[in-house]
Amino acid sequence: MEVVMSFAIGFLFMAAVYLILSKSILRIIIGTGLLSHGAHLLILTMGGLGGEAPPVLADGVTNMADPLPQALILTAIVISFGVTAFFLVLAYRAYQELGTDNLDEIRRILADDD
Amino acid sequence: MTNFLLTPIILPFFTAILLMFAPKKVYYQRVVTLVSLILTTACAVYLIQTIHTEGIQVVTFGNWPEPFGITMVADMVAMLLVTTSVIVALFTVWYSFKSIGIEREKFFYYPGVLLMLTGVNGAFLTGDIFNLFVFFEVLLMASYLLSVLGGEKGQLRESIKYILVNVISSALFVITVAFLYSVVGTLNMADISVKIAELNQPGIITTIGVLFLIVFGLKAAIFPLFFWLPSAYAAPPVPVLALFGALLTKVGVYAITRTYTLFFVHDTGFTHTLLLVLSCLTILAGCIGALSTFNVKNIIIYNIVIAVGVILYGVAQMNEDGLMGAMFYIVHDMFIKAALFFLVGIMIVVTGTANLKKMGGIMRTYPTLAWTYLIAAFGLAGIPPLSGFIGKMLIVEGGLAAGNLWSSLWILLSSLIVLLSVIRIFIYGFWGEAKTLVPKESRTHYKQLLIPSMLLVLLTVAYGVGAEWITPYMQDAAEVLLHPSVYTDAVLKE
Repeated sequence: MEVVMSFAIGFLFMAAVYLILSKSILRIIIGTGLLSHGAHLLILTMGGLGGEAPPVLADGVTNMADPLPQALILTAIVISFGVTAFFLVLAYRAYQELGTDNLDEIRRILADDD
Repeated sequence: MTNFLLTPIILPFFTAILLMFAPKKVYYQRVVTLVSLILTTACAVYLIQTIHTEGIQVVTFGNWPEPFGITMVADMVAMLLVTTSVIVALFTVWYSFKSIGIEREKFFYYPGVLLMLTGVNGAFLTGDIFNLFVFFEVLLMASYLLSVLGGEKGQLRESIKYILVNVISSALFVITVAFLYSVVGTLNMADISVKIAELNQPGIITTIGVLFLIVFGLKAAIFPLFFWLPSAYAAPPVPVLALFGALLTKVGVYAITRTYTLFFVHDTGFTHTLLLVLSCLTILAGCIGALSTFNVKNIIIYNIVIAVGVILYGVAQMNEDGLMGAMFYIVHDMFIKAALFFLVGIMIVVTGTANLKKMGGIMRTYPTLAWTYLIAAFGLAGIPPLSGFIGKMLIVEGGLAAGNLWSSLWILLSSLIVLLSVIRIFIYGFWGEAKTLVPKESRTHYKQLLIPSMLLVLLTVAYGVGAEWITPYMQDAAEVLLHPSVYTDAVLKE
């Protein structure tokens, strides 16, 4: 199971890198979204996919999943959510101010100003 | 009383919350920020004294036994950096009163500064690798706000770049922590150190070590990863730039220092040689950059890159002289970079341009500024009685003791290039024909900017002259860095 997950995560990273290297800001933000999905799945996988029951104390349960990676992911998710929200608003503001979402165009606009 | 070591994190944090209730009352914002930072400085200095007499202070949240809860560890390395950061933030806030502009002050500028300080202090004090990630995000989120606040076109563009680089490096940090967790099964830094010693550092740990170097190298701007820094730092206004230049890269440098002295110490042949080579190349890249530009901000910005290289060169030696020199140099560099940014900020205010070729003859009208700048420039280059000397001398001694003759000579040579780059500002800006200055509608305004800058330069001079008085503290710090067992024993209390 870990091997399958590794391939899926590797594919997410590949797609993320490809999108981040593109010129449109929106594609880049989608890329960072995929990158954080990959990272979160990686924490879950590296913690080991063993354990049958969810990590909640109940009678008669002995083989629980590792609770620590789940707590780490929850933290990482809200952080990346906050950063992505900020990044999206920044991209919107940049589009309003500069009139384009193409990074090459933005460079040209600012070079003309200097 | 054991909880006292949390004050450098808690005080700025609660002050930031208090400030958010009345963003438009500028006077309230200024006074509360200043009072809180003075209190924090006092607490930090008191803590340094406590650690010096009683040893490393440790507190674990919720009274959990040691590897299970989140541990905060105040050793001398962390506490010296915390104190320096708080003092730099104090001076920056003072300098901001007349330079940041009322519009920014009304829009959560001071809460931003305080939250960034919360993140910086937390990152220095934490003893848990995932908690380090969280504090990194705290300081980065606040720095995104500070870098874009004002919304000028240049700021918008550079903020996009800055955020993108940091989002990627944060994702890499999470990935690296996941790898490390799968190998050692713990997140407490002292426990990780013990577990790696038990495993005797197999190849996978060395790989994780290199991944950490990439992650923290992106934050600290080491050689192939510094590309984002020059333009991203040039966009925000000068006080923000001073804060970034003094604190942010140093958190990355601290994280490299901590991981490379606590975790990856059993197979130093590969990791520390890599660090040494990269630090030399970082210095080279910074030197080329510092000589290539006529923009006063950019000259000092490239000097940040050079300083990062010098500090990491000291860390890569792994002997007492090298590590003590690195500690001396990092504290010196935080002070002097803030001071230099303040001073070139004043130059930009009085001339109305950042281009050195359009300046000239400032010395005729502003002699005090000129002489203060000259002292700061000599301090940066490391002329003996001033602050940069002792750190660089110890780093070079450490390099020679470790048998790295040529790279040590390169460190010495780089000092000359640093001196050349900052003296160029002096020659072009202060000497020569007087060129048009911005009409001085108010000399008091200029004086209010000059006073905090002069005091900070005075502090660096005192730091250089009083090096002997500071040495015992630096020895404590080098002791912790050199012997991981000192740290792990204090935390795990075996």
